[in-house]
Amino acid sequence: MRKMLLLATTALAFGFGTTAGQAADLKACWVYIGPVGDFGWTYQHDQGRLDVVEHFGDKVETAFVENVPEGPDAERAIERLARDGCGIIFTTSFGYMDPTLTVAEKYPDVKFEHATGYKTAANVATYNSKFHEGRYIIGQIAAKVSQTGSAGYIASFPIPEVVSGINAFLLGAQSVNPDFKVKVVWVSSWFDPGKEADAAKAIFDQGADIITQHTDSTAPLQVAQERGFKGFGQASDMIAFAPTSQLTSIIDDWGPYYIHRVQAVLDGTWTSGQTWDGLKEGHVVMAPYTNLPEDVAAAAKELEGKIASGEFHPFTGPILDQAGVEKVAAGAVLADGDILGMNWYVKGIDDQLPQ
Amino acid sequence: MLEITVAILLTVITAATPLLLAAIGELVVERSGVLNLGVEGMMVMGAVAGFGAANLTGSGTLGILCAMLAGVVMALLFGFLVLTLVANQVATGLALTLLGLGLSGLLGESFVGQPGVRLPKLEIPGLSDLPVVGQLLFAQDILVYISFALTAAVAWFLFKSRAGLVLRAVGDNHGSAHALGYPVIAVRYAAVAFGGACAGLAGAYLSLAYTPQWVENMTAGRGWIALALVVFASWLPFRVMIGAYLFGAVTVLTFHVQALRGNLPPWLPEWVGGLTQTPSQFLSMLPYIATIVVLVLISMNRRTTLLNTPACLGRPFVPDR
Repeated sequence: MRKMLLLATTALAFGFGTTAGQAADLKACWVYIGPVGDFGWTYQHDQGRLDVVEHFGDKVETAFVENVPEGPDAERAIERLARDGCGIIFTTSFGYMDPTLTVAEKYPDVKFEHATGYKTAANVATYNSKFHEGRYIIGQIAAKVSQTGSAGYIASFPIPEVVSGINAFLLGAQSVNPDFKVKVVWVSSWFDPGKEADAAKAIFDQGADIITQHTDSTAPLQVAQERGFKGFGQASDMIAFAPTSQLTSIIDDWGPYYIHRVQAVLDGTWTSGQTWDGLKEGHVVMAPYTNLPEDVAAAAKELEGKIASGEFHPFTGPILDQAGVEKVAAGAVLADGDILGMNWYVKGIDDQLPQ
Repeated sequence: MLEITVAILLTVITAATPLLLAAIGELVVERSGVLNLGVEGMMVMGAVAGFGAANLTGSGTLGILCAMLAGVVMALLFGFLVLTLVANQVATGLALTLLGLGLSGLLGESFVGQPGVRLPKLEIPGLSDLPVVGQLLFAQDILVYISFALTAAVAWFLFKSRAGLVLRAVGDNHGSAHALGYPVIAVRYAAVAFGGACAGLAGAYLSLAYTPQWVENMTAGRGWIALALVVFASWLPFRVMIGAYLFGAVTVLTFHVQALRGNLPPWLPEWVGGLTQTPSQFLSMLPYIATIVVLVLISMNRRTTLLNTPACLGRPFVPDR
């Protein structure tokens, strides 16, 4: 009996979820790093999966595994899905990169899609979103709204995606106020509401009056709301948690991409490749601009349009690094590869990049 | 300067309270000779139950009560397995954590993305207007007061009351306690249930006061920290309190140190500026290192440590043997 209980609880904790449907043409599967209930990164991927369910109905069956740690467990989880007849498997965390490739080699007929990685194979494609486009917009808003000329930025881990977000934020702010300050606080976690809240309090206590974060919970925004300061949402629209504080939110919308790729498998037109889309393709969506003066909201909307149309690029030179060395010449634009591998801070950031 | 010190201390209280609540409960459990590794699971169940009840009824008090109830139910399930069926305590405790994390996610599915009810601050008339200490000590939510009271009450109970003596006897030598006619199993059930209620309270603090929201895994390992605190504090209530506050304080200070980079106020000494250059990875280790070092240092006396270690910790008790 004890064994059975253990088994049952393990199954619960590991969370194998599946939707019924016998006569489906294709089984599409997802591997998640966190719980679907995190209201952040994993939640948004699962919303994308639900879009697939809604779009294809009975034609496509879906399944997912949540809370899969990066490492050997990931390989097991991915392989199990491949064995269970999944035709396409989306693995949604950076650390799943090598496990995905290993399993893909063993199952050449299954299509694999790895989010945020950079290694591909004949049956492995990668996809990611240009979150830095949204970060530039909120940076500009922050500099216009802030009274104290300084914002807080709660960061998770020093990977290129996070670093390029911080840089884009400050560049946006500097386009309004060249002396704008950003206080970067690393919490060494993607998801710990308590820690994120404590970091937010520390930032506000030290005189910042606006906050943004590259972590997954709504906690920092809640602190902003409680103290009457402003902030930005992350991954999903968090306006319900900060009705008078959220200015906008950078939303990840994976639905269109998932529908497009699943359709490609159904049509037999799926090919490997690297997809990196942003505001233009609707992978990155800005939540409504709220709690802002009309002119600031209008300017933000205009900037959003310019970035989407390709008229403006957030990493347009001249850009100097912290030491004052020119990284991008005046008028030039940073190449995609350089943004994806960014490991340096722009001038004006007081933080030291953890190595 | 005073202003920022008060602000920091306020944040420290919120960071330390859930650890203190969960640890003080586990301390009583371990003093009775039972090792319950399921604190994290009971805590997260408390968080979801507290959030759910408060959101459905709008009452924070009801939320707190439901959180305690959820913790007790989980604890009694554990108690049934390890005390009545004499299952292995370590394995069952781990299973309890897994069960709690999974079950809370399932139960809380519809609460994701909903703002919660925040527990009101209870200002004690007259005292809350005092400078500095007023806001710190006399204008907190009810759970903070409960955590202070519980620490004192548990210390009194364990070392000044007869019932506490019986509980410690059961934890130190269950055979002798049984021979003297004390109901070993019943005492342990009571201790385990108390631990569950405290873990539930800690969970309620997370989802109703710390960050009023429900998200899966929102305890983020705090149950494990509470477990470690009990051991490093040599099973003494006030040392647990010191440990919890130290952990909270160092955590909050590491955030302040990072936010200070590049704009050091003039009243701070030079070396703080040097400290802000510490790599953030090291800073995030610091709460663990500092707490362990300090608690080990104050527990240096081997004799008192041995004296306070429940001798029957983790050992199953079968009356007929």
